[in-house]
Amino acid sequence: VITSAIIPKPLARLPWRLIFLVAAIACFGLLVLYSAAGGSVRPWALKQAIVFLVFLGIAIGMSWVKESTIKAFTFPLYGATLVMLIGVEGLGFVSKGAQRWLDLGPIRLQPSEFMKPAIVLTLARFYELVPAGEIRKWRAIWPALLLLGVPAALILVQPDLGTCIMVVLCGVTVMFLAGLPWWIFAGPAAAVAVAAPIAYNLLHGYQRKRIDVFLNPESDPLGAGYHISQSKIAIGSGGIWGKGFLQGSQSHLDYLPEGHTDFVFATMAEEWGLVGGVLLIAAFGLVIRWGMRVSANARTRFSQLAAAGLSATIFFYVSINLMMVMGLAPVVGVPLPLVSFGGSAVMTVMLCLGLLMALERQQRTVSTLA
Amino acid sequence: MNGPTRLTVAHQSITFSRRMMLLGGAQAAVGALLVGRLGWLAIAQNQKYQLLSESNRVQLIPVPPRRGWIIDRTGKPIAINRSSFRVDIIPQQLEAGRDVVPDLAKFLALTDDDVDRIRRDLKDSRGFQPVSVAENVTYDQYAAVTVRLPDLPGVQATRGFSRYYPDGPAVAHLLGYVGAANAKEYEAENKNPLLIIPGFKIGKQGLEKSLEHYLRGTPGGQRIEVTARGKLVKELDPKPDRSGQTVQLTIDQGLQQYAARRMGDQSGALVAMDVASGDMLAFVSMPAFDPNSFSEGIGRTEWKMLSEDDHIPLLNKVAQGLYPSGSTIKPAMALGFLKQGLDPNRKYHCSGGVQIGNRYFRDDAAHGTVDMRSAIEHSCNAYFWSMGLQTNPEKTTEMVNYLGYGQQFDLPIPSQRFGTMPSPDWLEKKYHREWQGYDTANTSIGQGYVLINPMQLAVMPARIASGKLIQPRLLMAAPRKPIPDLSVDPEHLKIIREGMTAVVNGSGTAVASKLPLDGIQMAGKTGTAQVFRLVERGHQGAWALRDHALFIAFAPADKPRYAIGCIIEHGGFGASAAAPIVRDCMTYLFDKEKALATLAPLEQQWGGTLAERNARQLAAFKSASPATIA
Repeated sequence: VITSAIIPKPLARLPWRLIFLVAAIACFGLLVLYSAAGGSVRPWALKQAIVFLVFLGIAIGMSWVKESTIKAFTFPLYGATLVMLIGVEGLGFVSKGAQRWLDLGPIRLQPSEFMKPAIVLTLARFYELVPAGEIRKWRAIWPALLLLGVPAALILVQPDLGTCIMVVLCGVTVMFLAGLPWWIFAGPAAAVAVAAPIAYNLLHGYQRKRIDVFLNPESDPLGAGYHISQSKIAIGSGGIWGKGFLQGSQSHLDYLPEGHTDFVFATMAEEWGLVGGVLLIAAFGLVIRWGMRVSANARTRFSQLAAAGLSATIFFYVSINLMMVMGLAPVVGVPLPLVSFGGSAVMTVMLCLGLLMALERQQRTVSTLA
Repeated sequence: MNGPTRLTVAHQSITFSRRMMLLGGAQAAVGALLVGRLGWLAIAQNQKYQLLSESNRVQLIPVPPRRGWIIDRTGKPIAINRSSFRVDIIPQQLEAGRDVVPDLAKFLALTDDDVDRIRRDLKDSRGFQPVSVAENVTYDQYAAVTVRLPDLPGVQATRGFSRYYPDGPAVAHLLGYVGAANAKEYEAENKNPLLIIPGFKIGKQGLEKSLEHYLRGTPGGQRIEVTARGKLVKELDPKPDRSGQTVQLTIDQGLQQYAARRMGDQSGALVAMDVASGDMLAFVSMPAFDPNSFSEGIGRTEWKMLSEDDHIPLLNKVAQGLYPSGSTIKPAMALGFLKQGLDPNRKYHCSGGVQIGNRYFRDDAAHGTVDMRSAIEHSCNAYFWSMGLQTNPEKTTEMVNYLGYGQQFDLPIPSQRFGTMPSPDWLEKKYHREWQGYDTANTSIGQGYVLINPMQLAVMPARIASGKLIQPRLLMAAPRKPIPDLSVDPEHLKIIREGMTAVVNGSGTAVASKLPLDGIQMAGKTGTAQVFRLVERGHQGAWALRDHALFIAFAPADKPRYAIGCIIEHGGFGASAAAPIVRDCMTYLFDKEKALATLAPLEQQWGGTLAERNARQLAAFKSASPATIA
């Protein structure tokens, strides 16, 4: 980072390219939300902008946190999140029907969101503590499975399949990078790959439908297919250059459901076309690559694993959402971070980025190596 | 101690780097997959999805075309469109918590059934598609709704068009009527959205049905942009509708109406033709329903009255009524005899009957000595029985069929029954028995298996009169093909025409029906078709037991221009019931004033014009059956 005389040193040391990139994605998202509301900053764009700015500030603030502090807070954070999850599930801090929210006065917390970075940090910390020689031992595997399995099960029964899948994938990524033996991943993956289609095909139509509904309890069972087909129509009809800003008929005439939340990418692609879509995917790609580089350049095992896991969190967010919106995956309710309306995803992604920035700063300061 | 640990740490580092590369690669692959999928949807599938998106966005509300007119040969309208008032509800404009149906029921005097139907339709409707509340409402009701429109959100009172037949029952069986499409018709047209627009009518019977293709026109479209919930966003450029074509018939509206009126309250059919072209000038089946009430949706009481009437006003007797021809067959039989070489001047002594096999066929009278002309003139059965036995029945019946009896004509009439002209060949095929003497005897006087329809009753005299193989026509625009001459000796035709002229103008069976015109004579032939066996025959008995009266004619006798065939069901003698009607209709063709002057006293005697009598009949029926008044 080049230090200029005009810019104060602490500011100059921020990863500005990343911040600009993230801000650009968020601004593009605000434009899409503005259009989705029929050309109005209400009810979504303005709120989203405030939420983004707040969390951007928090993320930048987090970049000064030391790796040792993060490590110290890892297990307590995990424990607290787990307690909150149990609280949501068991103790009934339930707000009207939806079990995933913890209502704490002005803030409504969704503990499962915290679990995404928390599981990454926890497993990273765990594998840092495991001696290198022990990595292929059972002792290195079962605690991790437990650390991952308990929150995943709690989130699954909420039920929130989307978040559950995300948490599991983030955790598995860290375990994979930690160097666990291949069969741990290949075995179950192969078993699921072989068994799932067979089991699914053995079922009768209405049973399959039940499975579909189970997989996706939030949406109207009859509407699941409708969501995807309308989303594909929106994306496909956008063509290369799109229908133009504020010109998307699918979203403005309400044919596209959830056009400002989970299906915001379809709203965007209808108006901005393939070009907008590719640019957005590329921008996310750059953000993820930045995170992966932080991991590659890391000097401690914790920061290696944590940085890679946090980048993977962002990656899974984006890729699951896009696969879902483009009809490559079932609708599981994963929003597109920074673009979809809603504070939770912004919070999670900005927390991840804040942690990544903190880890990145450590790489540039020699002191921690001592 | 340190060695293996270090190795393992180094090893771990290598593993990490390798797996990082793998992870990065997988992420890049997923990214490529996403971009590829995006490209596939947006480029390769773009057209398909653009179409789907457009069909989401734009809805077409068909604007029904105005139905084409039907006009007569002189251009007088016989089926037109009259402006009418209707009330609909646009579901999406209804306000929550404001139920307009009870108010409408009050203003429009709707029945509970109507209200139920409206509520059902509203429940099944899509937002922008109107639901019909009532059609053909009176101006007062229309006005009552219109002034309250601000207080009736979602209600629409509009002026539309409904079919109107100025001549009412006179054209009922010729034109048929129109009505809303039923489920079957809707399916048959692949769910054409036009058919379910409230107030849109299609041809249900007669020419309205067979000419539907010309009359319907092309619907326009109100193209609108709607949201997924059916809310109208904006109106796009509309597509104009094109009215149906006007169809000109060969019918003479004046004659059609005159014939219908002249038939009075009798049940029967009359067909008039131009002998040179085959143009049908009148196509009348009476009594008839009022197509106007059918097109508006007929009331239960009126329907009941029509279906209970023993004069069967719902039957198109011209196209579907089949009757024995009676003696109207004789001119054609005689022509058949001539063709086989029978001498027209050969004398025959009629003693009042003929013995055939073991049965004695009795004639109405002993006509004394007759030849062919006077046998036609006096309708001597014995002559035809006797000559029939001396000639080849196959050839004779062939001639009768050639002149039209038992023939089907290519006319735009949805269902035509064309009867039977028996022959030895036909008998063999149908009943597997040989032609007997009594078959000849029955056929010679148009009884037995002979069944004809009223169109054939006009075609036969027209062919005899013109000497041409004319075909009946109903559409002015249909191509006129050259008409071949009959393959008959013109001298023979002359003899037949002389016989038929004598029927009316000599001392024949219809001398009472001479045309009241100077220098124009009518030629004809009476017919009386037995409905029951001879022994039970009684001209004064119960109406349904009486014989059918028939008359065929052409005029002027010397230079034929028009031919008419007429059947009056249970009219008794052809001479007394059918011939006077034909005479007056023929008179109308030459002198309208004179014909109308004849009609006036008759109608007075019957108790008013056709319309007046129909209205009175309905009123009487209504008061007689209070149970049907809901």
